[in-house]
Amino acid sequence: MLSLIPVLIGVTLLVFLVMQLAPGDPAQIMLGPKATETAVAQLRHELGLDQPLLVQYGRWLIHIVQGNWGRSIQLKREILPFLLGRFGNSAYLMLFATLLACSVGVPAGILSAVKQYSVGDRVAMVLVLIGFSTPIFWLGIILQILFGLVFGILPVSGLQSPGRADLGDLIVHLILPSLTLTTGATAIIARMTRSSMLEVIRQDYIRTARSKGLSERSVISRHALKNALIPVVTVVGMQVGYLLGGDVLVEIVFSYPGIGLAMVNGILARDFPLVQGAILLVASSYVLVNLVVDIVYAYLDPRIHYE
Amino acid sequence: MGGAVIARSPTQEALQRLRRDRMAVAGAMLLFCAALVSVLAPVLAPQDPTQTNLAQRLAPIGTPGYPLGSDELGRDILSRLIWGGRVSLLVGFGAVIVAMGFGVIVGLMAGYFGGWLDSVIMRLIDVLMAFPAILLAIAIVASLGPGLRNAMLAISIVGIPYYARIIRGSVLSLRELEFIQAARIIGAPDLRILTRHVLPNCLSPLIVAATLDVGWMIMAAAGLSFLGLGAQPPTAEWGVMLSAGRQFIRIAPHLSVLPGAAILLVVLALNFLGDGLRDALDPRLRQ
Repeated sequence: MLSLIPVLIGVTLLVFLVMQLAPGDPAQIMLGPKATETAVAQLRHELGLDQPLLVQYGRWLIHIVQGNWGRSIQLKREILPFLLGRFGNSAYLMLFATLLACSVGVPAGILSAVKQYSVGDRVAMVLVLIGFSTPIFWLGIILQILFGLVFGILPVSGLQSPGRADLGDLIVHLILPSLTLTTGATAIIARMTRSSMLEVIRQDYIRTARSKGLSERSVISRHALKNALIPVVTVVGMQVGYLLGGDVLVEIVFSYPGIGLAMVNGILARDFPLVQGAILLVASSYVLVNLVVDIVYAYLDPRIHYE
Repeated sequence: MGGAVIARSPTQEALQRLRRDRMAVAGAMLLFCAALVSVLAPVLAPQDPTQTNLAQRLAPIGTPGYPLGSDELGRDILSRLIWGGRVSLLVGFGAVIVAMGFGVIVGLMAGYFGGWLDSVIMRLIDVLMAFPAILLAIAIVASLGPGLRNAMLAISIVGIPYYARIIRGSVLSLRELEFIQAARIIGAPDLRILTRHVLPNCLSPLIVAATLDVGWMIMAAAGLSFLGLGAQPPTAEWGVMLSAGRQFIRIAPHLSVLPGAAILLVVLALNFLGDGLRDALDPRLRQ
């Protein structure tokens, strides 16, 4: 738990430095090309940009902790509330995608392992390879063409239809983006579940369970599954990182108003405070998710202890 | 008197196992074709990939002179796909070589010397791995400025921890083995031990990881270009083509479908080959 603190400090330092290295003077960018030199120097002083780097980092970190994330250059509004709102939208998408990935990937992996080398297993494993070889942004476009243009049954962009704010409408808008986002994760989870399951069903206690006459169904569901799912938990946790990254691309394809779209628009508009905030928010949430995964892992597997 | 025993090196055995894996062979062949087409792009491409022809805008597939149609500026899509493959393969393999080079050096040092050096390196790697990979690449490109070279640099940096960890893990288990101890006792210098004894024994996991990683790098580079952060128009690059084609998805879906299909094929080939290599190099893992 405490080892999290150096990592989080490292993350903030890296985010800070990466944005510091960006070419161009933030004060100049904020004031525009026509600003006088005195005005730029004045703003640099006000922003503390004339201070040593370490002092700047310390100040910035204190502000971040206090919840004062600064104002966006492009949007002219407070960054933190804006980003939190956007992050909420992305969270819907990610939650949907994770649920889909688990509810398809885990059963597919189990079936594949139980019927190893069957036609179904082979087909599933080829599909898995195709699943994580597919560029996510391309898949999004294909789904848009199919469901939006050819069949015309699902909305292809945004979060809500104009003038509607009900849950049904939201869910309909989430279908294509989360389907796109989930494909790679589903593939990896299915593959991991399969190999974990294969390892478990070769162990002695499973042979014992079979030889005492338990039905195959009971052996798999009551004895094998529990142990097989432990490594899968880690993979699901790792997929959250994949989903957070893929989310950026999916949000661009579907013009989905999440944190990824905000980040990319910020980069293209050279709105560095906003980009910095967005990256920090996503990275810290990833660190926290990993912590939760570690805790769940230790809870599920009594052999694991964390100091 | 038994029959003659043919002695084969582990490499030969691995190659033979690989040859029996039909998926891996298909992947290798597909990859070879893609590489060949990329190398021969100047000869094979029917047209200059940036040559516009406003009289032939958005031509459908099968138009005479434009076998795969043309884009919004009348450029030949087939030629752009061929040249784009050159960019993607070069970026994919290039980024892996850079990432692997640095990752191997860092991982060898951390694993072999241990102590404070290992702690410092591993903490840095923890920080790099605390970011979702593509997000870190986006952050680096945001800082360096958009462009193909910066995108390649960004995905290379993101890849370093992956290799460093693989190598460090292998080195930690090798370090205590007798032959390494023996080399140390007879006074071989560290550099020689690392390059002659440790590294060759880490090669199999490295080869497998690198093969699978080229695919990821190609997708990541195309993704960055798709976001407008990698290769810039009018460069013929698959991500750029996909992104530009999106505006015409209603009237000319092939503009975005074809480059994506090309990425899928190449990445799939790499994954088939990578999986096959893993099974061939480490038969114990085979399931």
